[in-house]
Amino acid sequence: MHASVCDTLTDLVQNAIESGAARIETDVHTGPDRIELRVKDNGKGMDKTALRRAVDPFFSEKGKHDRRRVGLGLPLLYQTAEAANGSVEVRSVPGQGTEVRFTLDARHVDAPPLGDLPATLVGLMAFEGTYELVLKRTTDTGSYAVSRSELRDALGDLREPACLTLAKRFFEANEASLTNGR
Amino acid sequence: MAKLTLDDLRKLRDEQQKAMTKRDPSNKSAKVIVGMGTCGIAAGAKETFNAIIEELDAKGVDSVLVSQTGCMGLCHSEPTVEVIMPGMPVVIYGNVDAATGRQLVNEHIINKRLIDNHICDKPAIDIVR
Repeated sequence: MHASVCDTLTDLVQNAIESGAARIETDVHTGPDRIELRVKDNGKGMDKTALRRAVDPFFSEKGKHDRRRVGLGLPLLYQTAEAANGSVEVRSVPGQGTEVRFTLDARHVDAPPLGDLPATLVGLMAFEGTYELVLKRTTDTGSYAVSRSELRDALGDLREPACLTLAKRFFEANEASLTNGR
Repeated sequence: MAKLTLDDLRKLRDEQQKAMTKRDPSNKSAKVIVGMGTCGIAAGAKETFNAIIEELDAKGVDSVLVSQTGCMGLCHSEPTVEVIMPGMPVVIYGNVDAATGRQLVNEHIINKRLIDNHICDKPAIDIVR
């Protein structure tokens, strides 16, 4: 099981990028009772057989790593949900993409902590490649949205440390405003 | 902390770029890539990534590009970090926690010295200090 919900989010987005997605939509909702993540991509998708095998920790798709025999992303997701009164819903269509919805009882004793969300969101923008990532962040009282292309337009190359530091400031300020209700 | 808009970010970036141009006009010549597969995430690669960014920014090193990738196939040594720099062998470092990430910036990138006890994918033996 991952140490935080943010780790789970990074894992889901990394899976989407690895599936060849050009566009990824990510919704993050946190409330006093529930934490909800949704990651939808337009990558290569999975058929029913692949989807069934994806939850087997001793299965990894061919071509990723020649000698690797484990694939822990989705199994860890299911384990976390099971442990903390949550749920996982995966919809996938070959050639069209995959959508994963993950919910968690935030008050459950076994629920992992949310983690460092601003640092995680910066990280989601900093994977290699030309994908678009659209983030919608909501709480019960507020919201903000931003895309990777908007950040790149404002900051320039998102691989530059100075740009990533500014991006982190952006997320920290917006997260703080959600908490403070400003 | 007040909410930041994308326009605020543009202004901050413009101010910073003016300062950076005065400080160092050199091109981006080095790349640091942090492995962020399930294995890397579980081993703390996000903390490593943040530490590297913070250290590069704190030391004013603006000739390096930093990005993330998936599993590099070295799950036993996560977090893993690949460093590509002109005049240096391409190295994949393993077991790079946040402190080692900072060390990597100071030793490999600034002082151009390899960190022997973290090298996973080794360069030729005669290159190692």
